Amino acid sequence: MGWREKRGRAEAGLASGGSIVQFDNVGLRYGTGAETLSDLSFSLQEGGFYFLTGPSGAGKTSLLRLLYLAQRPSRGLIRLFGEDIVTMPRRRLPGFRRRIGVVFQDFRLVPHLSAFDNVALPLRVAGVADRDLENPVKEMLAWVGLGHRASARPATLSGGEQQRVAIARAVIARPELLVADEPTGNVDPDMAKRLLHLFDSLNKLGTTIVVATHDLHLISSIGRAEMLRLDRGELLDPTGALRHPPRRPDA
Amino acid sequence: MKAGARKFGAADRRLLPEGRMAGPMPWVIAIMMFLTVLAAAAGLGLGSAAGNLTAGMASRLTVQVMAANPDRREAEAAAALAAAERLPGVARVHRLTQDEMQKLLEPWLGGGALDADLPIPAMIDVDLAPGGGDRVDTVRGAIAAAAPSARVDSNATWLAPLGRLIAALRWLAVALVLLMIGATAATVVLAARAALDTHRATIEVLHLMGATDLQVARLFQRRIALDALFGGLVGLAAAALVLVLLGSRAAALGSDLLGSVALPPLAWVLLIALPLLGVLLAMLVARTTILRALGRML
Ligand SMILES: Nc1ncnc2c1ncn2[C@@H]1O[C@H](COP(=O)(O)OP(=O)(O)O)[C@@H](O)[C@H]1O
Ligand SMILES: [Mg+2]
Repeated sequence: MGWREKRGRAEAGLASGGSIVQFDNVGLRYGTGAETLSDLSFSLQEGGFYFLTGPSGAGKTSLLRLLYLAQRPSRGLIRLFGEDIVTMPRRRLPGFRRRIGVVFQDFRLVPHLSAFDNVALPLRVAGVADRDLENPVKEMLAWVGLGHRASARPATLSGGEQQRVAIARAVIARPELLVADEPTGNVDPDMAKRLLHLFDSLNKLGTTIVVATHDLHLISSIGRAEMLRLDRGELLDPTGALRHPPRRPDA
Repeated sequence: MKAGARKFGAADRRLLPEGRMAGPMPWVIAIMMFLTVLAAAAGLGLGSAAGNLTAGMASRLTVQVMAANPDRREAEAAAALAAAERLPGVARVHRLTQDEMQKLLEPWLGGGALDADLPIPAMIDVDLAPGGGDRVDTVRGAIAAAAPSARVDSNATWLAPLGRLIAALRWLAVALVLLMIGATAATVVLAARAALDTHRATIEVLHLMGATDLQVARLFQRRIALDALFGGLVGLAAAALVLVLLGSRAAALGSDLLGSVALPPLAWVLLIALPLLGVLLAMLVARTTILRALGRML
C-alpha cells in the first residue's frame, strides 16, 4: 500500500466530490419478503467518522453488508471509492474489498489459526511476505492488549479478547474504509474506550470509519462523529445533512 | 489487482487445517487407481499379445503331406519344400525333423510312435515374410501343384477368432479405464464440495478480505492433489504387486500365448504415469468445482 495507491484514492475521491460512499435509493430485500432496507440515500465523506444506530433488527448489519461488499442491493445505486459497485464485474470486487476493513458482529475468526495468524490474514491475502508482516502484526496485537496471546487459538480466548483480535485483523492492512458491526459489544467499558481510541487515531490518519452500535456513551465520546439512525430499514435524516452533506473544508 | 494472482506465501499451508482432507477420498482414489492400473495393464498386455500373434504365428502356414505310401510321401514333401522355397515373400521354409515330430506327437502317441509303422504325415512350416498375409493363396496353389496329397493350414484361420476376442477384451479394458477416470473425477467433485462445506466460514472470511477465487482454489487444489497422490501411489503399488505375481504365475505356465502377455517396458512407464495423470485430473476437477462454487458468491 504505497503512496501511488493513496494518490489514486484521492483522485477517485475527487471524482465523486469527496464522498467515499454514496447510496442512491438503495433497497435490499432478502428473498420475497418486505424490503429490509428501503430508499436509502446518503453519502459518507472521505475521512469521516460515522455511527450507525437503531434498534435491533433495524437493518444495521444489512446496511454494513452492502458496504463491505458481501451483498448487492436489490435496487438503487451504490458508489464506493467513486465507482459504481452494483454493476461492477465480479472479478474487480476483491481489489475493492482489500481497501475495506471489517469487524464482523460475530467476529468470524478462523478457528484453527492463532491470534497472530488471524490478524496476519489480510496482509497475507494482499501478498505481504511473512518476514514483513511479523512486526506489524505483533505491534497490532500489543496495541489491543493481546501481545501475550499471539499464539492462542480463538476458542481459548474470551469473548472480549476475540473481539479485539477481530478488530486488530480489520485494521492491520490500514484500510481506507473501516466497517465495524457492534465492535464493543463484548468488552468492558475501559477496553471499549481503548478500542474507540484506536478507531479515532485511524480516523485521524485518514481512514473513513463506520461503526454500528447502540452504545450512546460511545457515540458521545467522538465529538466530530456524525450519526446515521436506522429504523425498520429506513434512514432517519430529518435535517437532510446526510443526503446533502456540507462540504468539508479539506475535501 | 495484480496481487490477486499471488499466493498467500509460505502461510498457504496454515490457512486450512493441517494434513490431508478428512474422509475416505484418498482410499477411494486408491481403489480406483488399483482397478485403473489393472485394466490398463490388461489392455496393454493384450495389445502386445495381439502384436506377437500377428507378427509371429499368424503368418505361418503348416503343410502336411498326407500320402500313405512312404516313398510318395517323401517325394511330395521334397517337391513341396522346393516349391515353397522358390516362392517370393516366403521368409523361411522348414521341414520338421524326426526329433521335432517325435516331440510333437509324444503326448498323443507315446514315445516310439515314429518307429511304429504308422503313416505319419510329413510336416513343413512355411513362414511368410512380414506383410505376406495376402500370399497365403499363392503358396497354397504352388504346394497343391507340387504335392497333391498336401493339406495347407494357415494359422491365421484359427487365430482369427482369438484375435477378435483379444480385440474385444482390449476395448473392454479401454472402456474400463475411461469409466474409472469418470468415477475418479466424480469422487474428486464430491470431495471438493465436502471440503468447501467444511471450510465455508473460513472461505467466506478470506473472500470478504479480498482473496481472489484463484487464491482460495489454490488452497484446496494442493490439498486434494496430495490426497490424490497418496491414493494414486497406494493403488499403483497394490496393482503392481498383483501384476508381478500374475506375471510370475503366467511365466510358470510356460505357454507361448500367455507368455506373450508379459508387459513391455513402455507399458510399465505408462502405468506409472497413471497416478500422476490422476493427480493432474484431481487438481483440475477440484479447481473447476471450487471456482464454480466460489463464482456463486458475490
Ligand atoms: N440473510 C438474511 N436473510 C433473511 N433475512 C435477514 C437476513 N439478514 C437479516 N435479515 C432480516 O433483516 C432484518 C434486519 O436485520 P439486521 O440487518 O441484522 O438488523 P440489525 O443489525 O440492525 O439488528 C431483520 O428482520 C432480519 O431478520
Ligand atoms: Mg446486527
